Order: sequence, then C-alpha cells, then structure tokens
Amino acid sequence: MSLILDHVNYIYDEDTAMAHAALIDVNLQIPDGQFIGLIGHTGSGKSTLIQHLNGLETPTSGSVYFNGKDISDPDFNKKELRSKVGLVFQYPEHQLFETDCFKDVCFGPKNLGLPQKEVELRAYEALKMVGFDDEYFYQSPFELSGGQKRRVAIAGVIAMKPDVLILDEPTAGLDPKGREDILGLIKRLHDEMGITVILVSHSMDDVADYVERIIVMNKGRVAFDDIPVNVFAHYKELEEIGLAAPQVTYVMQELAKAGFPVDAKATTMEQAKNEILKAFGRC
Amino acid sequence: MLRDITLGQYYRTDSVIHRLDPRVKLVATFVFIMSLFLVKNFWGYLIAGVFLAVCIKLSNVPPKFIFRGMKTIFFLLLLTMVFNLFLTPGKELVSFWKFTITYEGLKMASMMAVRLVFLITGSSIMTLTTTPNNLTDGMESVLGPLKKLHVPVHEISMMMSIALRFIPILLEETDKIMKAQMARGADFENGSLINRAKSLVPLLVPLFISAFRRAMDLAMAMEARCYRGGDGRTKMKPLIYKKRDRIAYGVLYSYLLVAIVVGRILFR
Repeated sequence: MSLILDHVNYIYDEDTAMAHAALIDVNLQIPDGQFIGLIGHTGSGKSTLIQHLNGLETPTSGSVYFNGKDISDPDFNKKELRSKVGLVFQYPEHQLFETDCFKDVCFGPKNLGLPQKEVELRAYEALKMVGFDDEYFYQSPFELSGGQKRRVAIAGVIAMKPDVLILDEPTAGLDPKGREDILGLIKRLHDEMGITVILVSHSMDDVADYVERIIVMNKGRVAFDDIPVNVFAHYKELEEIGLAAPQVTYVMQELAKAGFPVDAKATTMEQAKNEILKAFGRC
Repeated sequence: MLRDITLGQYYRTDSVIHRLDPRVKLVATFVFIMSLFLVKNFWGYLIAGVFLAVCIKLSNVPPKFIFRGMKTIFFLLLLTMVFNLFLTPGKELVSFWKFTITYEGLKMASMMAVRLVFLITGSSIMTLTTTPNNLTDGMESVLGPLKKLHVPVHEISMMMSIALRFIPILLEETDKIMKAQMARGADFENGSLINRAKSLVPLLVPLFISAFRRAMDLAMAMEARCYRGGDGRTKMKPLIYKKRDRIAYGVLYSYLLVAIVVGRILFR
C-alpha cells in the first residue's frame, strides 16, 4: 500500500489565456503509516496535489501509482481508490447535507455498497472515534459549532476505513482550543488505526509537534521533503517563500547565537524545554 | 465538466471589442439577434456568420473557449432539430417506417440550428468581453428612458450584475462540493436516471445553503456601506462614447442593412 507520484505536472485551464501550472515535476513517495505534513502557502499547489492522490484530478503529464497501479488507467477503479485514500476537504459545509449527523456519516460507507447493518456500525464507530457526543448524533449537522462540524466531516471519511487519510487545512477557522483538539484527534487516529495521514496546512507551528516528515510546496514544486529538523534548518529559505519555521526554532536559534550551549535543532516545545533545562544544568 | 459552462463568464484579455463601450455591445447583441430572426435565406445567415466570425477574431477570445459553452446546449439543439426535421409538412425527401423527412423540414431544422448557435455565440461574445460591472452600467444607461415609466431600472441592472457575478463563484463552489462528495464515493455520472437525480441531493443541499449564506453576507455588506438604490447615485467612471464606439455603431448598422437587404429582399 503506497502512493508514488512520478514526474507529475498539472496545468489548469490548459490552452486558454488563464492557463497556469499548478504542479511542476512533482516526485513523491508516500509509504505506509507515515504521518506527513504538507506545507505551502495559498496557491502553492498543495490542494491540487492532494486531489491527485485520490484521483479527483488526473495529471496533465506524468503518473500517479497506487499500489503499483497507474490511476490514470481507464480500467482503474477510482471508486475503490477513493475509499482507500480518504480526503477531508477544508470546509465541512461542502460535504454535510443530511438531516442528521449519523445519516451524514453513513453516506460514505453506503456508497461502498455495504449492507445497512455494516454501514450503521461503521458510522457509529467513526463518530465514536472522533469523540463525538451521543447526544448530537441525531441533530442537524448545520446547527453544530465549527469544531463539531469538522469532527462529523472527518468521521464521514474515516467511516469508509481508508488506508490513507488526507486532511486539507483541518484547523482553519478554529480557535486555539479547537485546533489543539482536532490535531490531537488526528494524531490519535494515526496511532490507533495505523493509517497514513497527510496533514495539509500553511502553519509550521501546527504540524511541527505531530508529523514525522514535512513536504514543503512552493509555486507548484516540492521545495523540501525531509524530517522536520532538517526542513526547519532551512528556516531562512522558508521565510523567502513566505513560510516560517515554528517559533521554537527562532527562540533556540537566538539562544544559540547568544552563546547558550543549546542544540538549535529542537523543533517541538518539549525538545526545546529539555534543551534549555540541560543548558542550565550545565551552567 | 463544469468548466464547460461559459455562460456569463468574462474572459480577461485586451482587444478592440473589450475596449468598446458596453452600450455599443448591448445594442450590437440586440441588433444581431434581431437580424437572425429577420433574415430568411442562406445568404443572410452567411453574412451573419461572417460578421460573427470577424467579431470573434477581433475579440481575441480563443474560439475553442467560446464553443466549449456550446456543449451545454447540445441537447436543446438536438431536440429542436429532430422535431423540425420530422414534423414539418411538405415535399417528401426520405421516408422510413412512420417517419418522413421533408425538404422543408430539413431546411427548417438547419435554419433553427444555425440560428440557435449564432444566438448563443453572439451573446456569449458580449459577456466574455465585458466585465459584469461594465455590463450593468451599460444596461442601466440603455434602459434609462424606462425610468420615466417607473420601471426600477437601477434595481434590475443591479440584480443582473449580482447574478452574473455569482455564476463563476457558484460554479467553483459546485465543483468543490462535487469533489468533496466524490471523495466519499458519490457517483454523479453513472446509474439510472432516478439514481442520478437522487445523487444530486448531496450536491444541491450544500450548494443552496452556501448560496443563501453568500446572499446574506452580500446584503449585509451592501447595507453596511449605506446602499439605498439608484436615487442620487453618481458614477466614478461615467460612460462616454469615443470615436471607436461611433465607428462600431456605423459598422453595426451597415451590417443590419446588408443582412436585411440580402436576407429578405435580394434573394427570396
């Protein structure tokens, strides 16, 4: 189970005056079970990229392989691909439509053609998995708060039991508490279900604590693709493309510059705390 | 699929047609449509076709882009043609089983088809080369005299411009919603007619909700800026006819004259 992108190019509105390349020569390998952060600012091609991973868009040139099969192949089963590679879009408003939350979550598994019992079981499991309260099960999804809507939207996708879960800006428009909740939830889903997770964001601070690999997109190209520490080491280049390393990185860099015996590579708050304590211990 | 709908879209580029006064383009579209219904023979349509082709060439909009919009009216076109082809009485041409194709039917069908295609193309050139804002200004100015009859001209043109403005936004939104539902295994393309109609529910509900939300946001934004209709409202860029607009009117009326003379009088 893995996804491979081989020299993928994608051009929007080909052969009109508005034509522009959204993806340029993208080569990626996404093995099983990784927790990946996909970073880039607006218009960097990250949304286009994730739509290639479940066949919503097909490359203008180049190929995407899922388990060794080319997804642009005419007899490739795209419906199956979409159940294996679950994509949660940025706005839950784009997918919620049923009269109550439970029915809405049933929509995905029902489309897989499962028997009714199985559909309901999966919906129940999924809603429980995202920590959704029983009392809201039969409430209209439109009456929920932003964070709760997002939970239902995520449940709607994981009810299909995907092997890869892609979330497009799952924290956009949430308050800090809601953000932490959702990110914690995603981390838990990754750990408990053992699935591959791709977290799309434009904030390094969001992903630094959770992911094991970061892919940075810039103007349709992959700018960096490495473990967080190595990516953040390029914090000057990141700034040039309109992104920034997590605040912790800056603090540590400044401390190191000021002569503190700390390792400036710390990327998470936890690591930084330990580094600083160690430094003081030595002093 | 949705990218095929070019109705009401603006194509951003620079050309003589783009720079024309919107009033000229509105009148031209009206005159062109009128001419299509006035001419009665092949030569008339040939002239209309040439006029249209010249306009497309001058507008710098790729013809491919204009004709992409044609796909959406394909069924309407087919239906009109089929009905005209089989149901017009006259001299028999071919006959099989219960169907008869007459010479008159064939003529009628092809005329209708040409007329429809020209009609759509002509009006899409106007919207493709005019920004919604300009179009509204032009509309308001052309319809100005009706104000004396208490027709709410300003309101009508405001509504029209808002409607035009929202077509691309709603299309984009539809595209996103479709993708979100397809990601959950929804199938919009296959299945029986009933199943396909049913599959539209997950698309239409979020779309309507978002359309209402947008409408309310817009109303609020307009009210916040003290919008209160057209009374006493002045323009930042009032419409003024330039030399090229006068030339365009000249060209337009000579076209109408030639089309009528050729299409109705010279060849009957």
